[in-house]
Amino acid sequence: MKKSSNSVCDTCAHFNPDGLKKLGIKTSDFDFVVALAGNPNTGKSTVFNALTGLRQHTGNWPGKTVTRAEGAFEYNQQKFKLIDLPGTYSLLSTSEDEEVARNFILFGKPTVTVIVVDASRLERNLNLVLQILEITNKAVLCLNLIDEAERNNIQINTRILAKDLGIPIVPTNARLQKGIPELIQTISELANNKIKCKPRRIKNIPKDIEKAVQELSSALEQEYPAITNSRWIAFRLLEGDTQIIESLESGEILA
Amino acid sequence: MSKKNIDNIIALAKDLRWQIGDDYHDSLIESIYADAAEIVNDTVTKDKEKSKFRLDAKIDKIVTSRIWGFPIMLLVLGVVLWLTIIGANYPSSLLAELLLDSIHPVLKNLGTSIGFPWWLNGFLFDGVYLAVAWVIAVMLPPMAIFFPLFTLLEDFGYLPRVAFNMDALFKKSGAHGKQALTMSMGFGCNAAGVVATRIIDSPRERLIAIITNNFSLCNGRWPTQILLATIFIGAVVPKSYSSFASLSAVIGIAVLGIFFMFFFSWALSKTVLKGEVSTFNLELPPYRPPVFWKTIYTSLIDRTLIVLWRAIVFAAPAGAVIWLISNIYIGNESIAAWTVYSLDGFGFLLGLNGVILLAYIVAIPANEIVIPTILMLTVMVRGISGGEGVGVMFELDSVTGTADILRAGGWTLLTAVNVMLFSLLHNPCSTTIYTIYKETNSMKWTVVASILPVIAGFIVTFLVAQVWRILV
Repeated sequence: MKKSSNSVCDTCAHFNPDGLKKLGIKTSDFDFVVALAGNPNTGKSTVFNALTGLRQHTGNWPGKTVTRAEGAFEYNQQKFKLIDLPGTYSLLSTSEDEEVARNFILFGKPTVTVIVVDASRLERNLNLVLQILEITNKAVLCLNLIDEAERNNIQINTRILAKDLGIPIVPTNARLQKGIPELIQTISELANNKIKCKPRRIKNIPKDIEKAVQELSSALEQEYPAITNSRWIAFRLLEGDTQIIESLESGEILA
Repeated sequence: MSKKNIDNIIALAKDLRWQIGDDYHDSLIESIYADAAEIVNDTVTKDKEKSKFRLDAKIDKIVTSRIWGFPIMLLVLGVVLWLTIIGANYPSSLLAELLLDSIHPVLKNLGTSIGFPWWLNGFLFDGVYLAVAWVIAVMLPPMAIFFPLFTLLEDFGYLPRVAFNMDALFKKSGAHGKQALTMSMGFGCNAAGVVATRIIDSPRERLIAIITNNFSLCNGRWPTQILLATIFIGAVVPKSYSSFASLSAVIGIAVLGIFFMFFFSWALSKTVLKGEVSTFNLELPPYRPPVFWKTIYTSLIDRTLIVLWRAIVFAAPAGAVIWLISNIYIGNESIAAWTVYSLDGFGFLLGLNGVILLAYIVAIPANEIVIPTILMLTVMVRGISGGEGVGVMFELDSVTGTADILRAGGWTLLTAVNVMLFSLLHNPCSTTIYTIYKETNSMKWTVVASILPVIAGFIVTFLVAQVWRILV
């Protein structure tokens, strides 16, 4: 496949274009699993296509992807399996498509989660971002449709945003392959522990709730020292999420 | 780790849940929003005055307005169909000339010269090859124009606006507003439309959407409509109006389909699928200029060629079947002839004929091959022969050729109108039926979804035929 060189990064020493192979649907023998999450209609499928070289049908309407699609790419001799999750606004409610996304991030244990957001609608998209950051430690924010935001005179300070969220930010315009090399490089560095994330935890929680969350999460941590998302599980336990309770009882959540 | 400790943690959670009270969920969500607002405050600056969203809002005001919403929808559909009708004619006749007039005789001569027996020659080239060639000549050009145009609209962001416009109507008929999206998908392919109903959460409303999806005229049926409207409807008006008349007829059929979709959604939600209408949020995405050439390319490769391939795969065996039933004799008539004669009576009642009904049975695997099947059966059974005997299509180099065969087969304006209606109102293709079964996991609902449209088709064509015969 001929690579387009829309980005200066294609020729930059940082990104290694010769190390990239888009593998399409050949997802066997992978080294890492990468999940693509995000609100509906932020271009997840377009990012997915740009990374895998597949041509999954995309369309400008929310709800395009109803099942999760899988694809793969190889970068610097490492194989990344990519899962395109259905778009969701939140992980806190119980509709079926949200469950697919939530269960995968929680139980599928992706190595890296790519959170695709619409740069023009950052505030609304952050709702999901903040929830995902409670669950996983390795994530990258793909600030997609950045060209559209610029055309609408929206400026985003990506350095402060990266600091606030504690994860790397990559602005992209996936339709034109812009920013995709940087995204691949970042995914690879995250997977190989070359970048350390310090994901933001939800602040602004009323004191009594925060206290309950802390009590519960430290009890969880004491019981399971390896747990990384005790706060999220505490949130869900306080909500009375039966699926989480069952998975605690079966031990699936720690597998 | 012990089971007891886990139980303790769950018990602790229960206790704490009591302490923090009912508004926990809302407080948590409020905190998340507060966080989001804080972050955006620090990182995002926007110039509201210059914002382009104002243009989007202006466009939305027009295309989703109470007065202009529906006329614009019809106009858009009209323009797409008009371009398809006008554009498909020339390449269609070119392909027919090449595949039927030039290559077919060469193949037959080749078969004879390498010593094929007459039946093998006939089976291969008059059956299988002709059916495939017909499908390509009739189907490819309209699909190659219609799909890319539809995909461009989809990429532009028009579909959610259609959903928005129709939401009130869906609500009134007791169905989910997102059904507008699955209905639009059905205009491409019903099987895809049925899969797309997964975006509807409520099982009741999802079933309604699945059962009624077949009323969206799918891409296997658009060319049938376009062809028949061009030949028969276009012919009753003065030549200068003919493309306008055929265009209106096709739009009329599509709109009628939408009407039936609403009617059956309403009927189902009032009888066997009673229940509340659920609410939902629909985000109107910004308009995006489509990446033109890429869209054209992918829709040609992914949609047009895949659908065409499917049609060919089903047309080849259908062609074989047609040739066989036309050439295997029981007594002094072929099987096809016997079947056609026995269906003729029922066909007459519906304003159709035996050939058409048999064609719809042969073409259950794919709607795309209905017209080619009708043509081949008409030629073979009605004995309209170009000279080389049963099962051989004579020269057909244009739409006129098709028209001549159909007229010779006894078609009138009524036949054409009723075939157009029956094409809209009949069972889904076998792929869609299988998809419905997979999605509903219920034999009962699969049968309902398959039979319901046929019954509607029988009733409608019967009524039209009777009224027509009294009036005309």
